[in-house]
Order: sequence, then C-alpha cells, then structure tokens
Amino acid sequence: MAGKPKLYYFDGRGKMESIRWLLSAAGVEFEEQFLTTREQYEKLLQDGSLMFQQVPMVEIDGMKMVQTRAILNYIAAKHNLYGKDLKERALIDMYVGGTDDLMTFIIKFPFLPAEDKEKELAHIIQKATGRYFPAYEKVLKDHGQDFLVGNCLSWADVHLLEAILMVEEKKSDVLSAFPRLQAFKANISSIPAIKKFVEPGSQRKPVPDDKYVETVRKVLRL
Amino acid sequence: MSGKPKLHYFNGRGRMETIRWLLAAAGVEFEEVFLETRDDLLRLQKSGDLMFQQVPMVEIDGMKMVETRAILNYIAAKHNLYGKDLKERALIDMYVESIVDLNDLVMRAPFQPADNKEQYFANTVDKATNRYFPAYEKALKDHGQGFLVGNQLSRADVHLLESLLMAEELKPDILAKFPLLQSFKARISNVPTIKKFLQPGSQRKPPLQEKDLPKVMKIFH
Repeated sequence: MAGKPKLYYFDGRGKMESIRWLLSAAGVEFEEQFLTTREQYEKLLQDGSLMFQQVPMVEIDGMKMVQTRAILNYIAAKHNLYGKDLKERALIDMYVGGTDDLMTFIIKFPFLPAEDKEKELAHIIQKATGRYFPAYEKVLKDHGQDFLVGNCLSWADVHLLEAILMVEEKKSDVLSAFPRLQAFKANISSIPAIKKFVEPGSQRKPVPDDKYVETVRKVLRL
Repeated sequence: MSGKPKLHYFNGRGRMETIRWLLAAAGVEFEEVFLETRDDLLRLQKSGDLMFQQVPMVEIDGMKMVETRAILNYIAAKHNLYGKDLKERALIDMYVESIVDLNDLVMRAPFQPADNKEQYFANTVDKATNRYFPAYEKALKDHGQGFLVGNQLSRADVHLLESLLMAEELKPDILAKFPLLQSFKARISNVPTIKKFLQPGSQRKPPLQEKDLPKVMKIFH
C-alpha cells in the first residue's frame, strides 16, 4: 500500500506550499520530512532520490516525484480538481499559470538584498492589482459563478486563494477594488477542508523569516 | 470551424518555439502573426485578447490561450502526446518541467551582459552536463525503449530533442559523453513530422542573433 504522501522540503513555504494547499483542499493527509542540514540534503542526493538534485520532492503512489508543476498536475488530476474535459483543463492551466507567476515574485522576495525589497514590494502590488487580480475579477464577473471554472471547486480556485492571502500579507487592503475576489475569498475559505488548513495548527507554513532564508542558503549552499 | 491555430509572438524563438515544435510534431499546420514593434504588442494588450497582457498567445479551438504551459498541455493532450494514464503523465511532466528549466538557462545566454557571459556559459554547460543530461541518459538506459516514456512518442521526446539541439548550438560537442542521448537525437529527428520541421523552409525559427537583440528588447521592455 502506498500510504500517505511524504513531502521533502524545508520547514517553510517556498515552492512546496502550493502542494500543501492542494493536498489539503483534496482532503489528503500527508507527512513531512524537513531539511535542516546540508547532510540531509546530500544523503537525498546520494540515494538518487532527487531526479534533478532539487526539492520539492514528494513520495506519492510509489513515485519519488520532483518538479513542483508535475506534482501539482498529478494531485489535481487524481483528486478531480483538474476540470472535467480538455477545455476546462485549458482554462485551469491558464489561471494557474497567472497565479504561479504572481506567487513566484513573492517566493523570491525573502531572498532579495534588503535594499531591493521596498521597490520589489511595490512591483508585486502593482502586478497584483494591475495585471492579475483584474483578470480573475473579470472571469468571475463574466460567468457570475462562485468558482473559476466549471461551476465547481478546482485547483485554480485553491491556487488563487493561496495567492490572494499571500498578497494580503504584504498589503492588507489589496482586494479593496475587487468585490468579486473578496466574495470569492470568503466562499473558498469556508470550504471545510480549506477552512481547516487556514486555521492555526494545520500544516500551513507561516510567512518566511530570516531563519528560513538562512536554512535554505545553508542547505543548498547558495 | 475554427481553422488552423494562430500564433501571436515576435518572429523568433523565445517561449513560442516549444509550441511550434509540438504542433509540428503533432502534424498540425499553423499560422503566425508576428509582433514587429512595441506598438504591435500594445495594440494586442489593449484588445483584451491577452489575459495577462503577455505573449505567447495562441488562438486555438475557439480559445485565445495564454501561458505557455497551458498551451502546450492542451496541444499534447489533444494529440495523444501526453501519455496513456496519470502515471505516464506524471513522468512526462517531470521530464518536461526540467527541460523548461534547462531551456530557460540556454535561452538567457544571449541576454547576459558582456562581463557575465563567460561565467554564465560555464554554469549553463555545467548544469546541462552534470544535472540534466545524466538524468535523461539514465532514463533512456533504464527504460530501454526508443522513447523517454511509454512505448510511443510523447511531448517529452519532442521537448528533449528541441533542448538537445539548442544546447548543441551553444556548445557543439556538449553531448560527447552521452551516447544514448546522441542516438535518441538521431532517432527522434527522423520521425517524419519532426524531420520535416528540421528542414529549411519550415516554421522553425533560427537562434537569436546578437544584432537582433536590441529590436527584441524594444518590443518587450
């Protein structure tokens, strides 16, 4: 029997966080192995567990999966969060592409030199409110449904909620001009599996701090 | 009837090239609309046809698709180049995503400032020959079939061939230590649709020349 998926990553958000979100939304329990030392990472390398020498890595259904997008695609498809046909899948992929681009800015943010952070923060907010949020607000407005695609929960909804919360952590009123996204946030947050994940005590990770950055740099020798 | 897919991009490789490769490999004819100036891009952005104001954009089956991955996923699935089940798909995705990383490295080489070019080149060759190629060589060895995944051509094979050829443009002997990748390259290049795409006169685009760099930068920046 395959058992629970096991996540190999640092004890922090990074690229693994979207995977934690999606597994939780799908109601899948998972275990985590946190990388805290260089030695642990080198052991994973020597074992041949990391196909391209990188984490995230997730042991799932007998596979040692790497590449964040591959892992997310697999979980979404397996748990019926990837639409009902090719066209719905196309929409989901498009929407996820946008939220992924937005969240990538935020994932990189803690690793920037201190003097670049203010400018980059402004850039993130500008992209969120000028490019990405308007696009999703329009999608919701045009079809008038609660979910982004196919009138039921999909990976796109989970990913967008994650992105919204991440940007709000940087600027709490960032949704002020987006009434439908505000309603969307409330709706999706209230789904039981997601509500549980957003509450304290879940496996959701906090905003990255200096300790997290230090650990990543040490383990990966960046 | 929606007709042939229509690709909106500048007249060069960039992020659209992988889409051209996949359509060609699938035997799908396509049309292209080239952005020549910054105004062309602005006009397209104003039209509302670009969901995130970015290209690539591909008009296909009644959709105006953006996001390179989304477009590639759709084409691959539609034309049976995405494996036969979830597990094959997972394997294909792992290879494909790593190839995206490798291509990103190779693609950015011409854009490096002069004082960083040499180091960047060295790092790219190092990653290609110590991280990525060994993984694909091992995959071909362990799998023992002509293809990366399953027993028929998939997008993983198409994307890998594209990547190998681009890497060779950077350093012609870069595959010297990888005999299985060399025979893979020869074999996949001979698939009829791909062979046709590799011949002069196809819609395959040449590598970016230094002299064209300012023009490209002007459109996008």
